[in-house]
Amino acid sequence: MLELRKDIFADERDDNLKEIGKGTQRQDMLGHVTGTSSYFNDHKLQGMLHLKVVRSTQAHARIRRIDTAEAERSAGVRRIIRGADVPVNLNTLLSLINFGKDDEPSLAVDKVRYKGEPVVAIVADSEREAFEAIAKVRIDYEPLPAVFDVEDALKPGAPVVNETYPKNTFTYHETYDHQRLRFGDADAALATADHVLEQRYQMSPIEHAPTETNGAIAAPDTNGRFVVYTSTQALFFSVDTCAKILDVPSNTFHFIGGTVGGGFGGKVDTLTEPLAILGAMLTGKPVRYVFGREEEMQYGPPRGAERIYIKDGVMRDGRIVARKILAYFDSGAYTRLSSYAAVKCAAHLPGPYTIPNVYGDVYCVFTNRTPATAMRGFGVTAMDFAIECQMDKLAHLINMDPMEFRILNAYRDGDMKAHRREAKNTALIECVQVAAEKAKWPLREEFKRASSRKDGGGSRAVIPPTPADASRARPTAPAQQRTSYDRLPPTVTREPPREPPPPVPPPPSPRPPAPSHGATRFSSVFGTRRR
Amino acid sequence: MAVTVKTFASASEAAGALSSDRSARYLGGGTLVMRALNEGDVAISTVVRAQDQALTRIDASGPRITLGAGVTFARILADRDLGFLHAPARSIGGPAVRNMGTVGGNLFAPNPYGDFTVALLALDATVAVAGAFGARDIGVEEFLQARDRQPGTLVLSISCTRPVSSEAFRYRKIARIKPKGGSVITLAAHLPISGGRIAGARIALGSMAPTQIRARAAERALEGRSLDAATIAAAASAATEGTSPPDNALGSAWYRREIVGVHLRRLLSGQE
Amino acid sequence: MSKIPLQFRHNGRDVAIFVDGGTNLLVALRELIGDMTPKFGCGQGGCGTCSVLIDGELHLSCLTLAETVAGRSVETLDGMKQGPNLHPLQRAFADNFAAQCGYCTPGMLMAAKALLDRNPSPSRDEVIEAISGNICRCTGYEPIINAILAAAGGRVSA
Ligand SMILES: Cc1cc2nc3c(=O)[nH]c(=O)nc-3n(C[C@H](O)[C@H](O)[C@H](O)COP(=O)(O)OP(=O)(O)OC[C@H]3O[C@@H](n4cnc5c(N)ncnc54)[C@H](O)[C@@H]3O)c2cc1C
Ligand code: FES
Ligand code: FES
Repeated sequence: MLELRKDIFADERDDNLKEIGKGTQRQDMLGHVTGTSSYFNDHKLQGMLHLKVVRSTQAHARIRRIDTAEAERSAGVRRIIRGADVPVNLNTLLSLINFGKDDEPSLAVDKVRYKGEPVVAIVADSEREAFEAIAKVRIDYEPLPAVFDVEDALKPGAPVVNETYPKNTFTYHETYDHQRLRFGDADAALATADHVLEQRYQMSPIEHAPTETNGAIAAPDTNGRFVVYTSTQALFFSVDTCAKILDVPSNTFHFIGGTVGGGFGGKVDTLTEPLAILGAMLTGKPVRYVFGREEEMQYGPPRGAERIYIKDGVMRDGRIVARKILAYFDSGAYTRLSSYAAVKCAAHLPGPYTIPNVYGDVYCVFTNRTPATAMRGFGVTAMDFAIECQMDKLAHLINMDPMEFRILNAYRDGDMKAHRREAKNTALIECVQVAAEKAKWPLREEFKRASSRKDGGGSRAVIPPTPADASRARPTAPAQQRTSYDRLPPTVTREPPREPPPPVPPPPSPRPPAPSHGATRFSSVFGTRRR
Repeated sequence: MAVTVKTFASASEAAGALSSDRSARYLGGGTLVMRALNEGDVAISTVVRAQDQALTRIDASGPRITLGAGVTFARILADRDLGFLHAPARSIGGPAVRNMGTVGGNLFAPNPYGDFTVALLALDATVAVAGAFGARDIGVEEFLQARDRQPGTLVLSISCTRPVSSEAFRYRKIARIKPKGGSVITLAAHLPISGGRIAGARIALGSMAPTQIRARAAERALEGRSLDAATIAAAASAATEGTSPPDNALGSAWYRREIVGVHLRRLLSGQE
Repeated sequence: MSKIPLQFRHNGRDVAIFVDGGTNLLVALRELIGDMTPKFGCGQGGCGTCSVLIDGELHLSCLTLAETVAGRSVETLDGMKQGPNLHPLQRAFADNFAAQCGYCTPGMLMAAKALLDRNPSPSRDEVIEAISGNICRCTGYEPIINAILAAAGGRVSA
């Protein structure tokens, strides 16, 4: 049961609320325990056909020829769908909010960019007949060099994964190849720090593995409309994405969703609906497209891999004086939502700590891997993992208790965050105190007495002078200098660090003058803009 | 084209149907055959079933026991006379898989499966098969070596001699998920003792090669000796000889080679 | 294409359908009989959400060739309610927050029923063993285990 610590947050909440803070039954529980909750696949439609896709066997290849002649003649096949049949065969999910360029086809045409990319869709009377037809489709590939590592993808001469982004990086605001955060002078502070610790962190892709796989059933309705039962986590988003790809008004569709068999971020990509609807449009029949378990695990989008370098300067008394972060999001072959994850990640730097000098570069990089998408703690999870590992290592380095070290550096109300916004409603200190209490971890008196509400602001609220770094060299991936945290034996040398790409011109930073009328709004995608 | 299911009353008819059709698979408990069909394996177009009572018979009364190929793991677990086979039977799948999966199907289960067969290999079991050339008995080791080259044979039953004591037969499966999970490695040992010395040592390993194999070097280290620390150490250090473990999601080949000796030592010294 | 006639008992009622060769029991139940309570999660035996009882024994319907249930009795979650009332297991799942998305729930309940039908007062370890073939990605197993133990102990609200 959730416990609100009134001793700490006395003024945070009214006590006489009727629902908040009280246990309550889920409104869908009765449906769940009786098996009557209705998921997308729980609809029995007369004459339903089954759609399966032929997936690329190559990670990166030019498509020379697609031969579907034998598959067309295969028993039970109603329709073969190729890229040319998709009305708008290029899309990017966030184009709905004008963020990013269309970069991903529903069915690959000239090139495949990851293993498992859909190339041809087959609509057949039964799944078995669709599988039999798949085995008869011949695709002639000309393999291209592939790149699977974010830093390799940024090297000069690396294979171009996605021609929409020839530098293998997402382009922000039509100009920048990464997200950048500058606050104070991190290099100067590192030069005077008592200790400097540089580390490399890597997180692998993580599959959401929802118990229900991604899928949709689309059926022709009256008045030329289509009913679509879908597992989507983002119903309106999916409606508009389908309208765009199929080039029809969005009121062509009646989307029915609601009960999703586990999503966790893995069901926002609208992967099955467009083809299911297109199948229904082309055959006039209900069409179901549902991922098999292997498809879900292999080709469903995961949380993307991330590589993170952190270089911190810390003083003997425990204060972190500088933090430099270089992070690469592996978006896979297409953007999906990774561009946004990188924005969120940059917005999270340098973690919940007040550090006077912060320097961050976050890249969204294209590789020939399965496109990545959202997952719980989107954009932040791996960075938090890296930062908190780093915090433990720093505490150890200066021989300080890791809990107290966090309390010492935690942000407090009134502090200036690296994004030049004042910290409000902070509670990390209290979290650490309560965690220590529960774990029976001894804290010294002064750390027990610390509070997020005390001693913030003042000099901690100052925006430090920040040098423009146009001429300055891009931070290189730090050399793998050994510390006591590296578990490799000293004789083992690691791969040399890779050179990041040449710097881009600096952002033209002067802010537009504040509008004389109308409010401004801050959006993590667009920055500050007029409403 | 749908799959054709052919159901026969007798095992011999089923054997005939199986040997004459390359795209035919015999359906035991179906835990692997149905899985292949569900995932779209179009190489299977005929499924052969037999409703022969003989295939589900258990004979566990005497010193030599016989299990029909269609006997499930749940039935083995329900049979007190088969106590020595309970550990391997219990190590397979979850309860539903044990209610469905059969001893016969386990002989064909590829890595990371086939745990029960590891036990059968250590017990020097005999497999009764019916093929194009009639019925015959072959040793389980020979059966496994020929298995993938001779599709179309029907397994009728498996028999083995009951170990003289519970000490003489030991089994250990290393999995990442408990209580259910594919094998990282599986080990079984049969150590008959005669006059204080091991006579006829058998060590079988699963997930250490494309099929279950015997660890012959380890067996040699045990043969004719008493089961003391020095003997156990010698057997453990010989455990990797002749192995070619797979690299898969459950463990790398390197990891399997590293741990097989450790687990063999624990198995032989009776350590949990 | 030839269809195969198939008769069996479904939650206590006789049913007759025609199936294609190779059809699994999950598809037969859902698409031919219209009982949507068993779910498709993998078709590989890995998730357990398609679990049903065949002659009282826990089976995975996705790995069961439909024809093999001819003349046998198949129970699904659809047959669990006792008249208008929830079965104690259903009640216990609801009371103990043992479902979130609910997709694993039909299989979990059948696995739990298979256990309690032959072992009315299982230990915690026996409960864990009984649901070891069922995956839940949302709820976490603790509330599910607690719900099953609560149902077994009669600690369920009416
Ligand atoms: C979720 C899950 C978990 C599993 N866990 C384990 C585990 O922990 N350990 C393990 O060992 N296995 C495991 N398995 C694999 C499998 O269930 C078992 O190996 C089981 O013994 C296979 O038997 P079956 O009767 O179901 O095989 P089937 O699927 O019926 O058949 C498998 C193969 O054997 C052939 N075959 C079956 N019977 C005969 C016969 N009498 N004669 C000739 N050929 C025959 C079939 O044609 C087919 O090629 C698991 C499977 C699943 C789905
Ligand atoms: S659908 Fe049957 S076990 Fe997953
Ligand atoms: S509640 Fe979602 S899988 Fe269990």
